[in-house]
Amino acid sequence: MIEIKIAVCIKQVPGTTEIKIDPQTNTLIREGIENIINPFDAYAIEEGVRIRERFSSGEVEVIALTMGPPQSREILKEAISVGVDSAILLSDRAFAGADTWATSTTLAKAINKIGDCRLIILGKQTLDGDTGQVGPELAQRLGIPFIGYASSILEINRNKMKVKRLMEDRYETFEINLPAAISVVKDINTPRVPSLRGKMKAKSVEIPVWDAKQLEADEDEVGLSGSYTQVVKIFTPKIKHEIKMIEGSPGEQVEQLYKELKELNVI
Amino acid sequence: MRYLLTEEQKMIVDICRQIVKDRIIPVRAEMDEKGIFPWEIIKEIGKSDLFRLFIPEEYEGMSTGIFEVCLATEELSRGDLSVAASYAASGLGLIPILIAGNEEQKKKYLPQMASGGKLAAFGLTEAEAGSDAGSIRTTASRDGDFYILNGTKQWITNGGEADIYTIFAMTNPEKGVRGASAIIVEKGTDGFEFGKKEDKLGIRASATRELIFTDCRVPKENILGSEGMGFIIAMRTFDQSRPAVGAQAVGVAQAALEEALNYSKVRKQFGAAISSFQAIQHMLADMATNIEAARALVYHAAKVIDSGEKNVTRLSSMSKIFASDMAMKVTTDAIQIFGGYGFMKEYPVEKMMRDAKITQIYEGTNQILRNVVALDMIKRGVL
Repeated sequence: MIEIKIAVCIKQVPGTTEIKIDPQTNTLIREGIENIINPFDAYAIEEGVRIRERFSSGEVEVIALTMGPPQSREILKEAISVGVDSAILLSDRAFAGADTWATSTTLAKAINKIGDCRLIILGKQTLDGDTGQVGPELAQRLGIPFIGYASSILEINRNKMKVKRLMEDRYETFEINLPAAISVVKDINTPRVPSLRGKMKAKSVEIPVWDAKQLEADEDEVGLSGSYTQVVKIFTPKIKHEIKMIEGSPGEQVEQLYKELKELNVI
Repeated sequence: MRYLLTEEQKMIVDICRQIVKDRIIPVRAEMDEKGIFPWEIIKEIGKSDLFRLFIPEEYEGMSTGIFEVCLATEELSRGDLSVAASYAASGLGLIPILIAGNEEQKKKYLPQMASGGKLAAFGLTEAEAGSDAGSIRTTASRDGDFYILNGTKQWITNGGEADIYTIFAMTNPEKGVRGASAIIVEKGTDGFEFGKKEDKLGIRASATRELIFTDCRVPKENILGSEGMGFIIAMRTFDQSRPAVGAQAVGVAQAALEEALNYSKVRKQFGAAISSFQAIQHMLADMATNIEAARALVYHAAKVIDSGEKNVTRLSSMSKIFASDMAMKVTTDAIQIFGGYGFMKEYPVEKMMRDAKITQIYEGTNQILRNVVALDMIKRGVL
């Protein structure tokens, strides 16, 4: 009997060290770039599997979800190789060009379709988009509480969890009712290496694909047409390095520096 | 160079490489310096199902043969020989159970080790009994439903860390080697204690300890096979385990070659990378050639064992002799290519040389194994 169903939302992103932007078109060069699981999502997957390991066999089910093109199937297979029970790919041309809002709409529909998910785990942000918005938006769409930056799950049962989160200057501990969504930071765990059994399962597993129709999504609420924002341009900011040498005695230098900073409204 | 591996074998290699990259390389220098037993890494290896490679499916394992064990051992050895030795020594400790254990013993012990939660160890060597394994003095005398063990084992890999020990003791000392028996002893049994932890030249993170038995009572059900079979069990165990020592040697040599090759491309002398000098090129070429030759022999030995061939002692011993002598040479040459830097602890090659040395010594010194090869050849011909 499944007591707690956990959905882990993950994303395929370009490998970090190889990101290049085409200076002409200002878009990401994707050709020949290896795609990886968004590194923060690896912690989300691991935490889902670790929660399952706290319970007896069969009490917790962990399902990985991703919205993306067909090749995103690869990261779902990777998730299975490290212990996720099953995976679902949300893929449809209609989903393309989605901003964070349209993405969370699509994910929310899938989570509702799965049914009775008690906990949704996400990485704190993605490497490519970097917004950190999908988690809170998804919780909003589902009408459930959201705790960002979770660094430790202290207690969990079907109805409640105690979670500690990392803020810039402090930790905060919450007790929240489930269902809920959390996003995790890398302090939460160390993701495991795949197991041989996991890899063998991943090789043979059938990953169902859900399209817009199966999610009963109107075309104007997903993908580009469901998005409030659009990326118009990506560019590397030009940083100006202007160096001005101030001369004179130390006292004069300080006086001159103070004057110039004041003029620039820096101080 | 990648051999023609099946998909599953490639998975084993990939898993090991990830463990080496993420878990072993970042900590190996510190583990070596401080002699820290790599429990965290061993647990990760366990979670990855690599201990299952030793154990048949019916006991929660995934064993397909010695070849897969060699693949895993070789890859782990590229990261750190201490880790690989601890892994392989656990296999060494459980092979006697596979060879001679009854159904009850297999069911009791093998699943615990399949998950990697518990390690095994092999206890044969004593202060006065190394290559001359027949002269062990530890005794196991029968007392009703128990054997009472007395004696001290020396230099036991995984000593103190393992939960399950296969101990070779004399049940009938008058009979010499025919009076030896193999008995499973669990950690925590009264009268079973651990002695000195050795401070070693290499594989410093692995545990090498004395096992001390003082009127240690072990249930008679723990005997493997029957009384007097101990020596045969030990030798049959070595037949199967020695290619994995060869694989350790191949792995550490491969790691040293990779380091030397990379260094030779960036180290400049006389205005050029030293890899452009023929003296260095020839060293690199010989290192690579010898590694490939050793790997081929190790893989061949493993595959012959897996084919069910009975007389494998010679080939198994040859693979260990050749690969370990090769590894000593290759790791020494790697230091030579690094020059003075290679002698310093800031670079990993000096550790590889210190680690490689043990492969020429343990699980049969290369000298005693040459005797084994020669005697088998004299008895059965060149073949």
